[in-house]
Amino acid sequence: MNQALDIARNHLLAPAGLAESDLDRVLGGLLGGAIDSGDLYLQLSRHESWSLEDGIVKDGGFNIEQGVGVRAISGEKTGFAYSDDILLPSLLEASKAARAIARHGETGGGRGLSVQLGHALYLPADPITALGEQAKIDLLHSVDAEARRQDPRVSQVMVSLSGLHEMVLVAGSDGTLAADVRPLVRLNVSVIVEHNGRRESGSAGGGGRSGYDFFLDHDRALGYAREAVRQALVNLEAVDAPAGSMTVVLGPGWPGVLLHEAIGHGLEGDFNRKGTSAFSGRIGERVAAPGVTVVDDGTLDGRRGSLNIDDEGVPTQRTVLIEDGVLRGYMQDKLNARLMGVSPTGNGRRESYAHLPLPRMTNTYMLAGTHDPQEIIASVDRGLYAVNFGGGQVDITSGKFVFSASEAYLIENGRITRPVKGATLIGNGPDVLTRVSMIGDDLKLDTGVGTCGKEGQSLPVGVGQPTLRVDGLTVGGTRA
Amino acid sequence: MNAVQSLPLDRERLEAVVREVLDQAQKAGASAAEAAVSCDNGLSVNVRLGEVETLEYHRDQGVGVTVYFGNRKGSASTSDLKSEALRETVEAAARIARYTAEDPCAGLADAALMAHDYPDLDLDHPWALEAEDAIVLARDCEAAAMQADARINNSEGSELSTFRGTAIYGNSHGFIGGYTGTRHSLSCTVVAEDEGGMQRDYWYSVARDRSALESPAEVGRHAAERTLRRLGARRLSTREAPILFAPELARGVIGHFVAAIRGGALYRKASFLLDALGEPIFPDFVRIHERPHLQGALGSAPFDGEGVRTGERDVVSNGVLQGYVLDSYSARKLGLVTTGNAGGVHNLLIEPGSVTGGTADQAGLLKEMGTGLLVTELIGHGVNTVTGDYSRGAAGYWVENGEFAYPVEEITVAGNLRDVFRRIVAVGSDVDARGNIQSGSLLVERMTIAGE
Repeated sequence: MNQALDIARNHLLAPAGLAESDLDRVLGGLLGGAIDSGDLYLQLSRHESWSLEDGIVKDGGFNIEQGVGVRAISGEKTGFAYSDDILLPSLLEASKAARAIARHGETGGGRGLSVQLGHALYLPADPITALGEQAKIDLLHSVDAEARRQDPRVSQVMVSLSGLHEMVLVAGSDGTLAADVRPLVRLNVSVIVEHNGRRESGSAGGGGRSGYDFFLDHDRALGYAREAVRQALVNLEAVDAPAGSMTVVLGPGWPGVLLHEAIGHGLEGDFNRKGTSAFSGRIGERVAAPGVTVVDDGTLDGRRGSLNIDDEGVPTQRTVLIEDGVLRGYMQDKLNARLMGVSPTGNGRRESYAHLPLPRMTNTYMLAGTHDPQEIIASVDRGLYAVNFGGGQVDITSGKFVFSASEAYLIENGRITRPVKGATLIGNGPDVLTRVSMIGDDLKLDTGVGTCGKEGQSLPVGVGQPTLRVDGLTVGGTRA
Repeated sequence: MNAVQSLPLDRERLEAVVREVLDQAQKAGASAAEAAVSCDNGLSVNVRLGEVETLEYHRDQGVGVTVYFGNRKGSASTSDLKSEALRETVEAAARIARYTAEDPCAGLADAALMAHDYPDLDLDHPWALEAEDAIVLARDCEAAAMQADARINNSEGSELSTFRGTAIYGNSHGFIGGYTGTRHSLSCTVVAEDEGGMQRDYWYSVARDRSALESPAEVGRHAAERTLRRLGARRLSTREAPILFAPELARGVIGHFVAAIRGGALYRKASFLLDALGEPIFPDFVRIHERPHLQGALGSAPFDGEGVRTGERDVVSNGVLQGYVLDSYSARKLGLVTTGNAGGVHNLLIEPGSVTGGTADQAGLLKEMGTGLLVTELIGHGVNTVTGDYSRGAAGYWVENGEFAYPVEEITVAGNLRDVFRRIVAVGSDVDARGNIQSGSLLVERMTIAGE
């Protein structure tokens, strides 16, 4: 039995009077001539958001989006069209447009679809209806109260809550028929603190593929409120950050955004097929210090970056990217896997039916080492201890990447001393992991806040790592 | 299918959708409502190494509604414009408004500010472009880049895209207005390699009228020049130095200024330019003005996202902040009047000039700088609008005696934006008109560079 497929059939096919045989026929019509493969991606998503500031819930929004994307592939060429109607005539019209990529030839008949089962990493539940509106409002107020209760210097609290219920159905000319029902919830707290005319901010949050009860379990949401205030108060004391190359100790969890930027994007199949990545053609080479093992794992229960199947109907997997310092593999979608002569890895993802799938990360993290985190800090004479980060970015061709610290401290003589202002850290992806000299035993995944952008498409992802010592990262402070 | 860029839904049909939504909102008991609907049609092709890689047909539509029950509000949106979906969307917004709190500042913009008569701004220049012709243009563009130099040995391709769309906004003051606009662009990204490794850079041209686009050969040549110039990049030692931001990056620096004078940042006290109205933010020579009604410009708009008429104004004159960037909600929160900026600024222009009174292009500013850093790329998000702290990854050229010495990479530039703005010594005449904020190169007296 495949519950996700039943739900997708009921919501995506039945209202339009479509059957799987219709999808098969559309696919048959798509193929032929020079078109060698293609797929249909049907999607229905419902999204809600609530926001609180000045102590009141000011705004809420609800969005419904649905449509179908049709892709026709001829060798390395892709034709793509989409429609926001899931009706047979729209499907046929979109597939005619997508076929324009290749000279028309005879079209074929249906080839038959068979069900591709996915994982069961999350329940196909609808977070939006599972909790009453008043309970959502109460949750926002409790977070606001918890933040304000922490310290009289808190001058503004902003809390946002959002929930997504997404159903997708993929039918491919390779016979794939797969569906997924994906819940996703997110809560974020931002605070401004004010003292003697100085203002600083802090923010914290989390989420995952579950219902809103995730935030009530273990008072998680209240924990975010305390964390946001703690960060902001630390920043009130922060002095100017140092500038220059130094030893950097990265905290566990979200600082794993280092891996996402420094190596993750560079190991996506499309850049490597094209030879434009600084990692192109380097499988089997040493790209990190011994002991460094990095994986991309879409199969973690309930995680923000997890998927039962990717957006091409391939079950996600745990892909070893770097094993004990040696580059082992790339992340692939179907197109790039075929063109590179390897298997897809369940990393074909798209923002919506109106976007083409690309090789993308899921949850990317480094496995734990053996060092006690305290021992790592104690080993540094002078350096930076960075524990919280904003976003990052990479130039995959030159390999240069940045990620910006939002909470950092100086390490002096093996001890954490003063907090310093946020600063951007910059390094070179292909060699930064060769400078990892100590790996902590405290692997942590982030709290479920990551969003990755590529070619204009935003997707939820996860990152993680243990405490790491990196010898020689450039810290972009102002104190030269 | 794209021959005349005809839109699947005409303006009358879209206006009817807005009226239907407002009507439904009234029936649902809303005391006020506003709705915006849009419909876009586009084509984009990407050619890589001479072959078509993707051919995409875009067709998007959507409607968003906000309903007010007194001072409580709720919003909803959908891509489905059928009557039943519109009714459900209004109901969803109304359901939300039952749970949001009374907010005395919530509501439509004042009726007296509605742009009932607005000018035609010449924004619509459809391009009867077939896919085959788009492919030829993209192919020519990439070929110009690939043929420029033997060291250019790979490509991420050249993309031609053309979009046409109509946006209609209406509210229960009885205002309804809209316009159709086009946006055509051609871009190229290539990779060059030498013994030091690979470098990638790009160039693009964008305009509402295709005749204003740079030719494929020009775009390709620019992309090639920019990529080649980066080969052999080194790092710099950590130092303080003068910084010249190239025009396409100067836009971002001025963008951080705009972010700090936005109503939302001000009423939340989340800006480093709090209470800065009437204060000198820049040196005396700096003038920044907003010209929403420029004919055919990319950022032009006859009214803002709330139907409020837009108008020409100085945001900064003689270096002094003259006005904020407000919508009606943030204006009420601050006890001010909206500046017609719901949705953002419309053609913000920074006048060329300098502390010494003269104006110069980029070559002139390099001479004026003497020794320092020309920044041509910035990466990362290291900008804190609350404190003004700025720290971003950079690449560019080290300049000595006004001449390029060598390309640099893997460095950061940092400072506090309040200091950066005060230390602008010149704004170049090499204005980049490709965006909503238009600036020439910005010469900053000094910032911190972190490197080796």
